[in-house]
Amino acid sequence: MDDSARVEKAAQQVVETHDPRSVSTREFLGACFDAGLAWVHFPEGLGGLGVSRGLQAKADAILQGAGAPNPFFLNPIGHGMAAPTVLEHGSPELARELLRPLATTEHIWCQLFSEPGAGSDLAGLATSAVLDGDDWVVNGQKVWTSLAHRARYGLLLARSDPDQPKHRGLTYFVLDMRAPGVETRPLRQITGQAEFNEVYLNDARIPDTHRLGAVGNGWRVAMTTLMNERSAIGGSSSVRGAGAIADAVQLWAQRPDRRTPVLRDKLAALWTRAEAQRLTDERARRSASTGSPGPEGSIAKLVSAELNQDVYEFCMELLGPEATLYGDYSLRDIQRHEDYRGPVQQRFLRSRANTIEGGTSEVLRNILGERILGLPGDLRADAGKAWKEIPRG
Amino acid sequence: MAETTGTAGTEFVFSPEQQDLRRAVRQFCDERVDEPTVRRLMESDAGYDPALWARLGGELGVLGLAVPEELGGAGGGLVDQAVVAEEFGAALVPGPVLGTVALAVPALVALGGDEVLPSLVEGTRTGALAVPDHGGRFDPALVSVTESGGALTGEATQVVDGAADVLLVAARAGRDLGFYVVQGGERRSLSTLDRTRRQATVRFSATPARLVASGADAERAITAALRVGGALLAAEQVGGAKRLLDLTVAYAGTRLQFGRPIGSFQAVKHRCADMLVLVEHARSTAYHAAWALQDGTDDPDLAVSIAQATCSEAYQRVAADTVQLHGGIGFTWEHSAHLYLKRAVTDAALLGSAAAHRERIAELVLDTAVASGTLVVATG
Repeated sequence: MDDSARVEKAAQQVVETHDPRSVSTREFLGACFDAGLAWVHFPEGLGGLGVSRGLQAKADAILQGAGAPNPFFLNPIGHGMAAPTVLEHGSPELARELLRPLATTEHIWCQLFSEPGAGSDLAGLATSAVLDGDDWVVNGQKVWTSLAHRARYGLLLARSDPDQPKHRGLTYFVLDMRAPGVETRPLRQITGQAEFNEVYLNDARIPDTHRLGAVGNGWRVAMTTLMNERSAIGGSSSVRGAGAIADAVQLWAQRPDRRTPVLRDKLAALWTRAEAQRLTDERARRSASTGSPGPEGSIAKLVSAELNQDVYEFCMELLGPEATLYGDYSLRDIQRHEDYRGPVQQRFLRSRANTIEGGTSEVLRNILGERILGLPGDLRADAGKAWKEIPRG
Repeated sequence: MAETTGTAGTEFVFSPEQQDLRRAVRQFCDERVDEPTVRRLMESDAGYDPALWARLGGELGVLGLAVPEELGGAGGGLVDQAVVAEEFGAALVPGPVLGTVALAVPALVALGGDEVLPSLVEGTRTGALAVPDHGGRFDPALVSVTESGGALTGEATQVVDGAADVLLVAARAGRDLGFYVVQGGERRSLSTLDRTRRQATVRFSATPARLVASGADAERAITAALRVGGALLAAEQVGGAKRLLDLTVAYAGTRLQFGRPIGSFQAVKHRCADMLVLVEHARSTAYHAAWALQDGTDDPDLAVSIAQATCSEAYQRVAADTVQLHGGIGFTWEHSAHLYLKRAVTDAALLGSAAAHRERIAELVLDTAVASGTLVVATG
């Protein structure tokens, strides 16, 4: 039996023995894990079948066709980022301990990377990790942590050696979010809601067995996580006119009283830009699938972030005085995807984060300039210096 | 509003033959149409080298790639011709590329062929389209040339490549529209902003003409030619813009000021990154249009207008930024930046400006949009 048939058969068996419409989510996803369908490219016994990653789509089509929940939506950081990182850099024992409850969503995961003093310059982070016997003692503050309040585990990047240059003094851990000294607080954002959290670490202890990768090798481990973040984000084919631009066209359609020729031209220009990016995404998918990816795949985040903002600015302009009204500013803890279902004014405010989160547009333009176009790097004030010598503030 | 994805399975995937074609045309242009040649030809009376043009049609055979074999062409698709248009645009190949390859040849193909078509494909004769357009769309109301007794009278203004051997002319025959092949007419060359792309005003005074189509058939052929012309013009714009991006990045990486390459400054680097975005968007929309016209996978008017609205803006912006990022040298006659800037401005204005194509997009997408569900607006 070839790999494709194996995947197909395994998926059909799971669906037959565990009807996703009648068994619990955890039970169903546990069956998927045991059948090797959580991540088909993972080894057998650890949620996979040891086959090509491309076959995941085949499994998902069968499972979701039968009404299965999408584990990526339920546990996005766990499923998309933590699992590959644990598999690649954790010990076999740790992978066996952590992956199954992650796959079943019994354990939600979060990511503890950014700090108030380390955003774009992530490698400059200051949270310290000091070895004390068989444990690491961690102190510091993390920020922009989605799901921290629901998470059982966090992916933590901390500084284990301040005397090394900044990239070399980092170590990567799996943090038990229920450990003493771990405190999570909601972080209120400009929409009034709290999509994210701050996490305070005061003498929190992590067993050395929960270290991923070698001491001082945390940056390389973090790259595994972040690369999986990118591949988790860029995926499916899009439909013409979908996404944020659909909101602007919808508003245009439902508010003929607000139309003017100038706004019509503005909207046509936005629609055209959205379509140009959609076609570029299509082109990038084609070139990736033929094994010759070009620069077309590198501009998506920069363009879509700025386009989102321009679209919602347009919506606000179209609304006129109504744009100055708002719904509810009371502090609410929300799921990320619900945010986009709010009123237009809230979507406008939320879009201001698009050019900051997941890489600022300034950093993305540096990346395009340096890695895609090959332009020389900027002068750096921190090159080769020990982390503790680098000015901070 | 087209809700389809509008892309077929093979769209954006160039065949090995198309990649070979691109390499061959690029090599030919590098060797035979280098910048000194372009400059020499743009200063000449004719503005191009008929012998070189004939080699493009004969030896290389790249002037009628989308023409069916039975009509005297190569029997390929529009994407093949777009690849060539892109390379021609990168090299600023002087000659009747727009008039002959992008407009006259597609018009004759739409008519099902003509006795002059093989010579246009071979490059032994040149052609141009003397048809009034409004924002890239044929407007019969603007036709002022009239036919009487098999001869034309009147004036066609600003005909691109209007010095061509063969003109395809829209004229009124009584109340009917006619489409004619004309070899005569008094041609007055115009001094153009872009000296590598010539125009002429053509005066007909009882000039003999051969009718090739009338009424709806004529209108269909003209509309088809303007669509194909728009798609090929977009590919040309991609070629020019990409060449300028490469030129600018190379300069920014080597030009030293304040003891460092200017490309290491974010003000310069970020502008280059924005140029990259423009070039990539231009490429996606131009080739989508070519594939859509070739395979019928999308609304042809919408696909061409998306390409033209995007590529016209992109090429002009990239050309202006190229001048800016080169500093003083970019403003000199000796530097190549102005040759491309002038082509960019010209291309943007021909066959409909970006604004004219946005107008078309608005008609097709926005004016027909109907509210589906409700987008919530907070009311305080």
